[in-house]
This record gives sequence, structure tokens and C-alpha cells, in this order.
Amino acid sequence: MFNLKELRKSFLTSLWFMFLTFPIMVIKVNTITDTVEWRWRNLAFVGVSAFILSFVWRWALDRRAKGGKAKKDGIGFKATVLAKTNQYKLPGLIGIGLLVAILPFFASMYTTSVLTTALMYVILGLGLNVVVGLGGLLHLGYAAFYAVGAYTYALLHYHFGISFWVALPLGALFSAVLGLLIGFPVLRLRGDYLAIVTLAFGEITRLVLENWNDFSFGPSGIANIARPGIAGIKMKLPQATIFIYFIAIAMVILTIFLVNRLENSRVGRAWEAMREDEIASQAMGIDLTKTKLLAFSIGAVWAGFVGVLFAAKTTFINPASFTVWESIVVLCVVVIGGMGSIPGVVVGALVFTLLPELLRSVSEYRMLVFGITLVIMMIFRPGGLIQKTRKSYKFKKEGDGE
Amino acid sequence: MAPILEVDNLSMVFGGLRAVDSLSMKINEGEIVALIGPNGAGKTTFFNCVTGVYVPTEGDVYIQAPGATERRSIKGLKPHKITEGGLARTFQNIRLFSNMSVLENVMIGHHHRLNSEVFGAVFRDKKTREEEEKVVHDSYEILKKIGLENHVNDLAKNLPYGAQRRLEIARAIGTDPFLLLLDEPAAGMNPQETKDLVDLILRIRDNEKISVLLIEHDMSLVMNLSERIYVVDYGKLIATGTPQEIKTNKEVIKAYLGEEVDA
Repeated sequence: MFNLKELRKSFLTSLWFMFLTFPIMVIKVNTITDTVEWRWRNLAFVGVSAFILSFVWRWALDRRAKGGKAKKDGIGFKATVLAKTNQYKLPGLIGIGLLVAILPFFASMYTTSVLTTALMYVILGLGLNVVVGLGGLLHLGYAAFYAVGAYTYALLHYHFGISFWVALPLGALFSAVLGLLIGFPVLRLRGDYLAIVTLAFGEITRLVLENWNDFSFGPSGIANIARPGIAGIKMKLPQATIFIYFIAIAMVILTIFLVNRLENSRVGRAWEAMREDEIASQAMGIDLTKTKLLAFSIGAVWAGFVGVLFAAKTTFINPASFTVWESIVVLCVVVIGGMGSIPGVVVGALVFTLLPELLRSVSEYRMLVFGITLVIMMIFRPGGLIQKTRKSYKFKKEGDGE
Repeated sequence: MAPILEVDNLSMVFGGLRAVDSLSMKINEGEIVALIGPNGAGKTTFFNCVTGVYVPTEGDVYIQAPGATERRSIKGLKPHKITEGGLARTFQNIRLFSNMSVLENVMIGHHHRLNSEVFGAVFRDKKTREEEEKVVHDSYEILKKIGLENHVNDLAKNLPYGAQRRLEIARAIGTDPFLLLLDEPAAGMNPQETKDLVDLILRIRDNEKISVLLIEHDMSLVMNLSERIYVVDYGKLIATGTPQEIKTNKEVIKAYLGEEVDA
């Protein structure tokens, strides 16, 4: 690939980039001394990086084009790859399990706390995955359900002193009921129209929480929410952090189990059929009303769970935690991870929450790196990090009869 | 014997347009009936009225399953209720669940006859497991009959065109209907595929005991296959009878070819 043509291409690319970035990277006006600084070193830096990156870029595109062909030609090849991954699946899972189990005892409290947040996004992502990935309903108000869970625990604890463990199912229940309520008016909507209405719904919920002072204490929020405990044992902050981490782990495992079961069932099939074609699914005997409402409320259940956990973890909540941005992040987790794919959503959530933390040291460029990552993702893996593989069935060819 | 489908003076009005104008139709058990007419005559609208996509403006639709003692009206019911009643359809522009496997497409057809809900999905009790096994098995059997058993795990969107049309029929059979409504099943097929389709439809009628109502533009298919033909133009019924009668009917020729000009 290092022929003259390729070199010329990269050279032109780097020239173009040097030209584009010249005004911001090279010229700097010093306003105090009223002089212009010419930073030629930056120009060289841009030129060399652009030259190298353009090579990498074209190499990646090339690889992708080749990969696509290989998949189409040889089905046998694909099957062997599948078998290989299965072989490493069990040891891999055990390894991850062990790592996850001992991690909080070695890592700092900060790391544990960040990981807990990441796990919460895993659950949120899996929950929204039911609505968006399986049901195909573009939902932009997911944070509202999250808020309902959090406020359920905060308010019930404030007024009645209800414990975390009682609030957990209650938060999920209230959230599911709200899911049903929002489901009814949007039954006939789909696509962008549904997105707009759910977006508005999310904002309305937040604004109500912000303005209804008597009920939710407005923007000042609710403080001193109790952390979860067991059998009245008082835990100090480090222990409580680890404890919450393990609650989150347990919830992630439970969620993966449940979503997986739902996905491979009559209910999950109906959701997917609805995503593929509403009219055809109705003509094939699927009750659209029921299926949609079920998707909304089941998706909301997990947001309710996580909401309660969030309130217990931070011990303070206010409406600012439940903005549209929060809904968008969860949606990004699902889309980046791979719609409808459970491992995809898990990886997507981890990437999406841990990446900003890792990039904290270069925080000025954080959004830039984030944006570039998203763009690259959309070009090279438009279907998400880990795409869903369909369940396949084997049948005996002849004489299997009954 | 009572007709299995009886359409009584059905009209569908969109604003000022009478897309279907007091159309009546009767289909008996075991019949293959064709509905033909020029483009825009209201054939698909008629299908949509019968299957519940539209609620007809006037008239009524009755079904009587073979063996049932009395007919019942299905006017205004939701499409999934009508499918439960025993009417299944295919679509003019293929509407498969393209990102699901071929087998799953047929399994969706069985949906309304299964009972497992969220509880069954989560706990996967014995009843649910048996039900799922039966669905997989039954769906596979249907695919075998349709000749798609080598494609069970393929995504529906990756099938060749003719196979997609057949999968639509397979999926409709999955709903266990007594009447199958086919909307232009041979559209876009080559002569060989069309011939196979004729055999397939005859097999469905004879072996599965499913009556067929079809919309089609391919006259050779219509004339070979159907026992009775209804011809519509501008939403109105202009002729009905056997293929032989229709071939020589003046009104039909006029609708298709225009009027003869006197020299």
C-alpha cells in the first residue's frame, strides 16, 4: 500500500488539513503586547498527524470492504468463528465474574463508585433496549421513569421512613404504571412523532418536579436519603459504596437474565415483529395495543429500579439529574452498543460511562474525542459494537416426523 | 352450505372518492376465487376493508368458519381479531419481518394461538417450553410444505424475491386460516415461478383445506386457477362468473381495453 499514489493522496490530505487548521493552530494574537505569534511547530505537528492518520483511515476502510466480501462468500467460515467464541465463552465469563467480584476490594472508592454508575447505565440501557431495540419505539423520555424511581424512594423515605428494599419494587411499580399512562396517548404514533411526544413527556416530568415545591421540594431537591443496609447494620461510606456496587452487580445479572428470557419468547417475538412492520404484525394476529403498552411498561420497570438505586447511592436528588441529556445518553448506549443485542448494550454502557472518566485528564478535549469516536463508530460499525445474532435452529432433514 | 365469507354491499369512501362502491361477494368453502380489475379499481381497498385495516363506510362483512353454526359480522374489528377469526392475508408490496429469520416469521403467524405471557417467558415453565417446541415444529412443517426448509435460519430480507412471496404465504398459513386472501401473489415473478405458485395454491386448497381469494393481474394465472371471478372497475362490480364467462364479457373487455370506436 506504500506506492506513490497512496503517498500523494496522504500528502494532499495533510496539506488540506494544514490549510484548514492554519488560522487556529498557527496564528495567535497576543492581545497584551499586540503582537502576532506564529507557531510553526503546530503546523508541522498537524501535517505529520494528518499524513499518518489518513493512511490508517484508508487502511481501515479497505479492511472493512474486504471483510464484507468475505462474509458473503463463505458461510462455513462464519460458523467456525462462532464455534471458537463459544469455546472461550465459559472461561471468559468466569474470568470476568472473578474480576468483578474482587475488584472493589482493591480499587479505590472513586473507581468503585464510577463502576457502579457504569453498571447503572448497563441496566438503564438494557431496559431501554426493550423499548427501542426490540419494540422499535423511539423513546426520548426515558429519564422520566428514572426520575420516578428516584423520587419514589426519596419521598417515601422522607415522609414514611421506608427502607431501600421496600422502595425498590415500589419504584419499579410506579414507573411501570407511568409507562402505561404514557403508552396510551402515543399508541398511534411511531418514528419521529413518537420521539417528539416522549421527549416532551420527559421534559414535563422534570418541570413538574422542578416547580411543584410542595410535593417534590423543587430545584433544591431532597437530601439525606438513606443508603441501603441489611438487618440494621450501620455501614460507613467505604463499605456502603462496595455494598451498592454489589447490589448493582446483582441487578445487572438479574436484568440480563430477564431480558434474555423475554427476548426469546412469544412476547419478545411480538415486539420484534412490531418493530419490523406494524401493519403486517397486526395482520398476523398480534394485538398491537397490548404489545406496545407491555413494551413501554416493562422498559420502565428497569428505569424505576435504577432510579431507586441512584437515589440511594447519591443520597441526594434534584430534578437536574433527570434532564433530556440523560435520556439521550441511554439512547446512545443502546444505539452504539447494538440495538436489540444484550452484550452490545452492556459493552456500550461501559464504554459510554467509563470513557469520559478515563478522558478526565484531557478534559478540554473530552467532548472532541467523544464526538470523533461516535463518528468513527457510525462509519465502521453502523449496527453497533456487537450486533445481534439471531437464534438458529437445526432440524433433521428426513424422517424426523413426530 | 353457507358461504364462509359474505360481503354485503360494502362501500369505502375517502373524502369524495368512493374507492369501493356497494360491492357484494360470497365465497364458499373450498373455492378459489379471483378479484380482478384495472389498476386503481379498488381491489386492495376491498381487501383492507375485509381484513380490518380500514373500517368500511357502509355495508357489512360476515364470516362463518367451516363447521360453525352461524355467521358473525367482522366489520369494525381490529385486524388481529379478524386474523383470529380465520382470515389471513398477504400484501401486495411484500411486508415480511425482514430482520427476523424465516422460521421466526412463520412463528409470528402462530402468535394468536399461543398463550404464554410475561410470566411464562420469565419462568419458562413446562407449558411454555412445550408450546415453544410445538411452534418451532409446526412452523418447520409449514416451511417444508412451501418448500423453504433450506432457508429456516436465513434472514427474511436475504431471500430471493420469489421465495419472499412464498414466505408471506407460509406466514399467513401459520395463522391457521380457513380463507387466505392473496394480494397479487405473482407480481414480479417469472413464468416458471408463476407456474410453481399455481401448484402451490392448489396444494394449499386441496391439502390444507384453505379457500383462497386472490387479487391478480396475471391473466393466465387467474384463468388457470380460479373457479369464479369477480371483476371490479371504479369500485363497482361489473361482472362475475366463471373464467369462460368473464373472457367473453363485453363489460370486462371495455374496462380493460376501452370501448370500440365505430368506424
